[in-house]
Amino acid sequence: MPPSKPDTVYFFGTCLIDLMFPKAGVSAIQLLQRAGIKVIYPQAQTCCGQPAWNSGYRAEARKVARAQIALFPKPLPIVIPSGSCAGMMKTHYPELFKGEADEAQALDVAGRVYELTEFLVDVLNVNLKDLGEPVEIAVHTSCSARREMGVADKIEQLLGQLQNVKVLEQAYKPECCGFGGTFAIKQPEISAAMVADKTMHLRNTGATQVVSQDCGCLMNIGGAFEYQAKHQNKKALSTQHIAEFLLQRTSSPSPSTGEGHRMGVAEVKS
Amino acid sequence: MSEARSHIFQRLRAVPRPEVDTTGRDYIPIYQWDKAERIKRFTERMQAVRAEVHHCDRSSWLSKVAELCRVKGLTNLLVSPTTEWGQALYQQAESLPSLTGYDQPIEAWKQEMFYGIDASLTSTLGGIAETGSLILWPNSDEPRMMSLVPPVHFAILDTEQLYTTFAEAVQAQDWLAQGMPTNALLISGPSKSADIAQVLAYGVHGPKELVVILV
Amino acid sequence: MKTEFRIQVDQALGKQDVRAHFRKAMDTLMTNRRNQFPDNAELQRLRDQAQVIRANALSKLPELLEQLEANLTQNGIHVHWAETTDEANDIVLKIMQKHNATWMIKGKSMVSEEMGLNHFLESKGIEALESDLGEFIIQLDGETPSHIIMPAIHKSKEQIAKLFNEKFPDIPYTEDVDTLTRTARDILREKFYNAPVGLSGVNFAVAETGTLCLVENEGNGRMSTTIPPVHIAVTGIEKVVEKFSDIPPLLSILPRSATGQPITTYFNMISSPRKQGEKDGPEEVHLVLLDNGRSRIYSDPELLATLRCIRCGACINHCPVYVRIGGHSYGTVYPGPIGTILEPQKSGLSVHGELVQASSLCGACGEVCPVRIPIPNIINRLRYEGVHQEESSVLDAGSKRKPMEAITWKAWSWAATHPSMYNLGSNLATQVRKLVPNHLGAWTSVRTAPAIADKTLHQQLKALGVDHE
Repeated sequence: MPPSKPDTVYFFGTCLIDLMFPKAGVSAIQLLQRAGIKVIYPQAQTCCGQPAWNSGYRAEARKVARAQIALFPKPLPIVIPSGSCAGMMKTHYPELFKGEADEAQALDVAGRVYELTEFLVDVLNVNLKDLGEPVEIAVHTSCSARREMGVADKIEQLLGQLQNVKVLEQAYKPECCGFGGTFAIKQPEISAAMVADKTMHLRNTGATQVVSQDCGCLMNIGGAFEYQAKHQNKKALSTQHIAEFLLQRTSSPSPSTGEGHRMGVAEVKS
Repeated sequence: MSEARSHIFQRLRAVPRPEVDTTGRDYIPIYQWDKAERIKRFTERMQAVRAEVHHCDRSSWLSKVAELCRVKGLTNLLVSPTTEWGQALYQQAESLPSLTGYDQPIEAWKQEMFYGIDASLTSTLGGIAETGSLILWPNSDEPRMMSLVPPVHFAILDTEQLYTTFAEAVQAQDWLAQGMPTNALLISGPSKSADIAQVLAYGVHGPKELVVILV
Repeated sequence: MKTEFRIQVDQALGKQDVRAHFRKAMDTLMTNRRNQFPDNAELQRLRDQAQVIRANALSKLPELLEQLEANLTQNGIHVHWAETTDEANDIVLKIMQKHNATWMIKGKSMVSEEMGLNHFLESKGIEALESDLGEFIIQLDGETPSHIIMPAIHKSKEQIAKLFNEKFPDIPYTEDVDTLTRTARDILREKFYNAPVGLSGVNFAVAETGTLCLVENEGNGRMSTTIPPVHIAVTGIEKVVEKFSDIPPLLSILPRSATGQPITTYFNMISSPRKQGEKDGPEEVHLVLLDNGRSRIYSDPELLATLRCIRCGACINHCPVYVRIGGHSYGTVYPGPIGTILEPQKSGLSVHGELVQASSLCGACGEVCPVRIPIPNIINRLRYEGVHQEESSVLDAGSKRKPMEAITWKAWSWAATHPSMYNLGSNLATQVRKLVPNHLGAWTSVRTAPAIADKTLHQQLKALGVDHE
């Protein structure tokens, strides 16, 4: 059962958002604040530890995870704008800390973790009002949001509230984009084949934009679109984190409209 | 006892073994299907895998078999003279292709079984509506190869023995108390394969045609 | 330098026609499976049940194996034990020699593939002829299966037509599947007729009754176990279940998960050789129970779940890696996700350890597994086993550890536990982002380099005054 609406939450921004996609983090916090929630962002946070965990370096992962679980002492929900990092904390912290002295603390943290869209729908029950122009988009739900967290329907529910947003369905929608963290580096050929197919299916929908709840997938898919545009003369779809997309669609137009619409892309060097 | 055996057991016994909570182990899907519904489901399933199903009764099945033998141009039919169905067929032999009994061990007539028999007819122990399956317990009257080697297999199913699920059939017929036979079978259609480019083809090694007569 | 696996992957990815073929085949299998389970709640109940049945059997494995052996022996079936594939091959050879058999006909059996039985027998001058249509086709072409239940799935109709025409020049060239099938039927009928020995696998072995169960569509399993005077069954020690009442649920979920059929054409339950007065069936039945690493897997409470597998292949059919690289790229007997966890445990991490990297951990395999094997978790565990240095029951644990990688992760964990250093590092990264080379090797061969933001989230939130306690 989701808790009743809290007045304060912790926010775990994730290392990827911190360094590459801060706008997604800021947008997520603004969405929460707009719903009347006070957001605490522990400044000592770094990374959930997943990269090391998935590489087999469990001691190193535990060391980093241990530093994170110390950051959420109050019994407040922990909101994470990423299915992957939320999945790490919720489902893998219990394994990672099994038999350790701080197992109880890890379980406590795991039990308070919410992926952002899950929190917006299940706990805040948000009501969104679409202020944007009609647009056709496609949604890529990360594998961890879909299978580890089981929250694939939440992003769809949020988008369903936006009357000017039409979600087009790509072929092989539930299939992995090929990111998989170190997988993309260790088995680059397979990963490349997967993202080539994923971008093709997304492009074939005719959508102009792709949203997702995970920046890992967006980095992979967005990077592939950019590359294809540059080297293969193919149409690039813009990619955006769901938090940024929702905030933009539901905010009155500001002087900065048009800026940052293509998240991460603005920063790409030619 | 072999050395391999004792080594394997040594390793298996050397480790602590988890307790398993067996909740849900005996779950049986419940369908509220009456007899008519069971017959309907069974028929649909069988037909979906290209089996023929003929709805008959105790007065009409014999002429149906005779008619089907004519239509299929069968010159002979392998059937036990001792089963209920076999006895009736042998009494009507003039309207049927030449009837052959499986009355000696296979070694004595393997050539004929493999290359001379057009079709066989066997009884069944029952059927399963959920999956469209026949239950066969071959025995010395109706040996294993009868439902395997001839290109056409007729099977008679008494609809009183048509169960909803396999689990229900095993319970109702009390297989455990009876003791398992040399060979028990579920047959759910004619032999088939999709091994060539996923194209379904019938009659790979077993019968090319399965004809189910419901009585 | 590319590993052998990556070279094979490269080649597989380059074959567009084969990839398209695999995609189409897996699409069909996924759709068929989905159609078999319209009610998700019911599917989850059935998965729970199948998991419990298999887990329960494993928890009592030694007792059940003893019971199985006692009941089979009482029923007149000879039981043999093999620790290794060499021992299993020798057992089969001795049975062949006892009967002066120079060849055998085989029904489909993955354990016989695991044993390399055909090759072994060939080296002893004995022919082992495959009779499963798919196995027959690949044997004609000197190949191994690319899928555990559809061994010739990598081959197109045209390729098979050409192969038949080449091997059986008397028969006119045809791409008609019915005609090709009939050709194989006629050839193999004569073989079944004459075969001195038939060999099969086993899908489930029931301890309570001493019954060997086989699931199949073609009749190759029934023919191999009914017609030759001697039947040899080979299987892994994990295939046992406790009670006969465990069989209906497993039989229900196996074909539905595998090919999306409600049931296979034949479900064959064998409990004894031909009895006094019976007119057919083999006079002699043998069961070879193979360990080959299974008892080692058994010793670890987490890895034990690997042995729950009922070999349906659903994980393979749903794997985004398998569908792209095909079965042969794995270089193993069992491909796909189940092979990824089973093969390194069976043969050692130094032999097949790279496979555990060939997964994006997307979880599709675990989602469809009818016995709920947590395949992604086991992949993760095996990655750990590959690089850690403590004692372990896993074969070749630690063999994948690379000093540079280990140091990198140590440095990373140090930085990520020293927030001031971490932030300094990431702030520095935003400063020097213009200098970051635009080529990150593998990443940038198909993607642009990820861009570092001009200000980190930490910095931006500080500036915005978000509470940071």
